[in-house]
Amino acid sequence: MISSANPAEENAREAKAAPAGRRARILAVTSGKGGVGKTFLSANLAAALARLGRRVLVLDADLGLANLDVVLNLHPKVTLHDVFTGKVDLEDAILPAPGGFSVLLAGSGLVEYSRLTLEVRDQLLKIIDTVAPRYDHILLDTGAGISEVVLFAVSLADDVLVITTPEPTSMTDAYATIKVLATQQQRRDIRLVVNQVGRLGEGRAIRGQLQLVVDRFVAPMMAEGDGMTKPGPKLELLGEVPLDPAVREAVQKRRLLLQLLPGCAAARAVEAIAARLAP
Amino acid sequence: MNLRRRATARLADTQQTPFAQQTSVPAQTEPASSGPPTLRMAAAMQLLRQSGHELPDRHAVGAGPWLQAVIDALCELSSRDPLTGLSNRRQFELALASEIDRVARAGEPALVLMIDIDHFKKVNDTHGHPAGDKVLKGVALALQECIRPMDTLARFGGEEFAMILPNCPPSFGLTVAERVRTKVEGRFVAIAPGQEVKVTVSIGGAFAPQWVRSSASLWVERADQQLYRAKSAGRNRACLEQPPVSLVSAEEKGLLFGTSQFQDLE
Repeated sequence: MISSANPAEENAREAKAAPAGRRARILAVTSGKGGVGKTFLSANLAAALARLGRRVLVLDADLGLANLDVVLNLHPKVTLHDVFTGKVDLEDAILPAPGGFSVLLAGSGLVEYSRLTLEVRDQLLKIIDTVAPRYDHILLDTGAGISEVVLFAVSLADDVLVITTPEPTSMTDAYATIKVLATQQQRRDIRLVVNQVGRLGEGRAIRGQLQLVVDRFVAPMMAEGDGMTKPGPKLELLGEVPLDPAVREAVQKRRLLLQLLPGCAAARAVEAIAARLAP
Repeated sequence: MNLRRRATARLADTQQTPFAQQTSVPAQTEPASSGPPTLRMAAAMQLLRQSGHELPDRHAVGAGPWLQAVIDALCELSSRDPLTGLSNRRQFELALASEIDRVARAGEPALVLMIDIDHFKKVNDTHGHPAGDKVLKGVALALQECIRPMDTLARFGGEEFAMILPNCPPSFGLTVAERVRTKVEGRFVAIAPGQEVKVTVSIGGAFAPQWVRSSASLWVERADQQLYRAKSAGRNRACLEQPPVSLVSAEEKGLLFGTSQFQDLE
């Protein structure tokens, strides 16, 4: 098979030759507060990206309290835990999900991973480096909060997406996350999705409000650079997802919104966000 | 004169490699490893003599141990700053890489301090470069008195020094940096008979990033940022990176939910 007529094969060979040139863009999906729809959005974003012809892997990086399997109604026999312990090959743990993307599931209740050991970090790094050439996008569905597991997962990503809702507690925690990522990891481009908005334009108002506080309090912490004025973090609103009864229905039926109720307002919003991620 | 000595040394080297001379390839482009092992020995011996290294008698200890002593001395030489005798930047970067690895493994805190002599150019301009060298040596000596055996102290370049302090708890950081600063501040450096100068240093420090994928260069960059802060705040002071704050102050919350602005943006 020396023929290069097959473009996929061509791609595969190029990927082997230059793994750095052709590797997935890694996006960490995070939120300060739990329960803002992070996993639900990750799964549906992955489905929307797949629909755009992208090769997508969602990695359950919420190692202690993973629930991607619950959202997708999957009952995995193999999980990341089995890969970590050497029980199964990485390849056998990558599962097809409804919606045309792949998932690597952590499995719930692996409390032992809530503390990040060196072994876990090395394993995760190795896994991501191995699979990165095969995908266009890898979404890291991280846990809530600013634990060391979350910070580590985000440090592996090219881009970071913070999910918030208009709830004041959720906004406060999103802001705290942005502050830590900016000051500790020198993140200057942070994407934002506002979920469960009550009215059109609410997402834009919330982005503006967060940016205002970031400019005032976070930017000065980063500007003290090497003599040049360095810009502070910039929040980019990827989109807002309306509060939609269709979402509740999909969550309860444990189905992808994009499959169960395509065309509903929330599904269209998710598709618009995917389009911005994959121009 | 120095130049000529170096030239003759190189000539002596090439004379021992007839093969390189016979070919049309210039001797200098020939990789050092392709020549016989005696190729650079003359230069090595000269470097060691010049730096004051004492080698054991070749006949007394035998060829193997003697060669080991030569290699050890060369390694030592290549890791030192010739003026101050401190570790040089190469050695510092090696130590930094292994320390960041250790921190990642053990999760123990480690501090890097970047130390820069204030207004060093003025010393050079006013008193001349030999005086500048004496000041560098004097500061190096003062810094040496501040470290533990496990620490690494290096001349980073120019008038900038760097310190790696493994196992330094965050709560001690500022005390340690202040001790270094006051040590230099209280020191008079003799630059000529009967002539002394006093210098100060600015210090920037950052703790190693624990538990995240990071790099040695990012670590130094963070310490450098703090050094810049110390410089712009008036020099002769120490600034340490503050631990990451995940707390949101009442002031921040006030702005985040400031009702008037919120209305305006809608």
